[in-house]
Amino acid sequence: MSTVLEAAKVPYIQVLDETGKVVNPDRMPKLSDDELRELMKRMVFIRILDQRAIKLSRQGRLGFYAPAGGQEAAMIGSEYALQRDDFILPGYRDVPQLLYHGWPLYQWILFSRGHQHGTEIPEGVNVLIPQIIIGAQYVQTAGVALAFKLRDEKRIAITYTGDGGTSQGDFYEGINFAGAFQVPAVFVVQNNQFAISVPVELQTAAETLAQKAVAAGIPGFQVDGNDILAMYSVTKEAADRARAGDGPTLIEALTFRFGPHTMSGDDPTRYRTKELENEWERRDPLVRFRKFLEDKGLWTPEEEERVMEEAREEINAALKKADAYPKMTVPSLIDSMFEVLPESLKAQRQEFAGQEEA
Amino acid sequence: MAQMTMVQAVNNALDVELGRDKSVLVFGEDVGQNGGVFRATDGLQAKYGKDRVFDTPLAESGIIGLANGLAMQGFRPVAEIQFFGFVFEAMDEIAGQAARMRFRTNGRYTCPLVVRSPFGGGNKTPEMHADSLEGLFVQTPGLRVVIPSNPYDAKGLLISAIRDNDPVIFLEHMKLYRSLRAEVPEEAYTVPLDKANVVREGRDLTVIAYGAMVHTALKAAEELAKQRGVQAEVIDLRSVNPIDIETIVTSVKKTHRAVVVQEAQRSAGAAAEIIAQINEHAIYHLEGPVLRVTPPDTVYPFAQIEDEWIPDSAQVLRGFDKVLSL
Repeated sequence: MSTVLEAAKVPYIQVLDETGKVVNPDRMPKLSDDELRELMKRMVFIRILDQRAIKLSRQGRLGFYAPAGGQEAAMIGSEYALQRDDFILPGYRDVPQLLYHGWPLYQWILFSRGHQHGTEIPEGVNVLIPQIIIGAQYVQTAGVALAFKLRDEKRIAITYTGDGGTSQGDFYEGINFAGAFQVPAVFVVQNNQFAISVPVELQTAAETLAQKAVAAGIPGFQVDGNDILAMYSVTKEAADRARAGDGPTLIEALTFRFGPHTMSGDDPTRYRTKELENEWERRDPLVRFRKFLEDKGLWTPEEEERVMEEAREEINAALKKADAYPKMTVPSLIDSMFEVLPESLKAQRQEFAGQEEA
Repeated sequence: MAQMTMVQAVNNALDVELGRDKSVLVFGEDVGQNGGVFRATDGLQAKYGKDRVFDTPLAESGIIGLANGLAMQGFRPVAEIQFFGFVFEAMDEIAGQAARMRFRTNGRYTCPLVVRSPFGGGNKTPEMHADSLEGLFVQTPGLRVVIPSNPYDAKGLLISAIRDNDPVIFLEHMKLYRSLRAEVPEEAYTVPLDKANVVREGRDLTVIAYGAMVHTALKAAEELAKQRGVQAEVIDLRSVNPIDIETIVTSVKKTHRAVVVQEAQRSAGAAAEIIAQINEHAIYHLEGPVLRVTPPDTVYPFAQIEDEWIPDSAQVLRGFDKVLSL
């Protein structure tokens, strides 16, 4: 048997251009005015949170933080397409999706600071904490989605990685398993052009990352990741398809992080030009969506100011709550290792409990 | 009761648990239609269907990642790594993910996973099939590592492993799959995951072993009794993580001498941990140093020399003599 594979088309999808004009009316999602405003509110909130988190990091009041600024449309747009009981397996930058899926803000602050309570996702909130190993969440997503399929639940699993993540074996294993089992999963790649410092041209000879879906036999789409309506539309379609039993999808979102890789000493001027940064600033996801909403009479500077003020208050309240949270203890760490502690660990627990009392 | 080989006992344990608990799933490379390369899952797909016993694509990290996703959603996956030498491909999903699931979510998600895998030398396999890699997982917090030495224990320990709410690495020595038969009850029973088993009583020397080395140690112990009238007490560890130090110490307090017999190469493995713990708990009861009888610190050898590399009963007996002479 021989097959001649016609080079599969990888569609590029944009709804709004950089000036906020609708360029693809057929793709315009059916969202009410309130829902459109809600998308903008969320992006403004995340932009404020990102700026605050960067400041807090510099002041030493936050621990690990990977800035989200610039990627708001890809993050918020894709999360908004989900239902509450859909399950998110994030990478480490994907904090905004988790917050809007129900992870309390103060717990994220504790997580960033390295407090175990931050990781204790509340019951009914369907997310994992941010994954540090690049790609590990991709193979797990196949399993979470298979669980939904086996139980005949109309839920989907969605996962995120970056352009660098597509070079990992786990990336391919994850989308391949999901395709082989036809599970309800959505795989998102936020291609922000750099894996820390390595540009995407050095990751792969592939022209797009979305085309990697072809090898796994699943649909792949490349999306303007700074266009929140395109991100919502494509993710919603992929989620609907998954929910209907039609299998997984790979979505490549073209975007750019404005800040450093993380707040742990990365200096983007070592690997990015000012020209490139300026070019992407012109494509700021907030600017074009604001323009779109203002043209429709759905957004005003006063409204934006109000959202910013609310964000500041909410962040302050969360910081206060995180600051007041009791310290961890070594015995409590030991308790979280197993359901039933082995005798040797029980003895160690006693040893360390004694030290803390001393 | 039926006479079963160890591979039949494993199959029977899976059968019993698949029948008892709908959340149990069995999968891996060739485990479905083919029933596993050793037939450990023979007949299970026909009995329980392709949703519960199934073949996966050929990718170890994918298999354990799939299992971790299923486990965090409440299933009890029993995932097979076809040969344990392939486990390096899945190290992150085992040691980096499964072992930490409870800890890194403070109990919000747990990982009731069993990784079953054949291992062990003496079968002239190609590279990366026979290696004893349990030491890597002795050093991994959050895992249990179980290694049965006989059909009865294999079934009872596997059932316990499946029912346990934390991840268990379950290693099945290939040499033991069909080399011995024993009485195994048809119904479900459990053997505790953290209790060693005294398989031969003796007052003069404590011998600690696990897996196929239990049998080598027993043979050497019989020879020792015959040659010198010295009675060795042989402990089948069953679990190398955690180690049942209580059973070991009780024995050492009686015999005052101990030796560990291990199929893995010498350094920094289960034997080293056992000796460290004996040191902590019973050093004043010892009349001499605790020694290890092991292969040398090389990579697992080529087929033509593996029988010389793996300790045999003569080599173990020399180890006994040495410990008794110090």
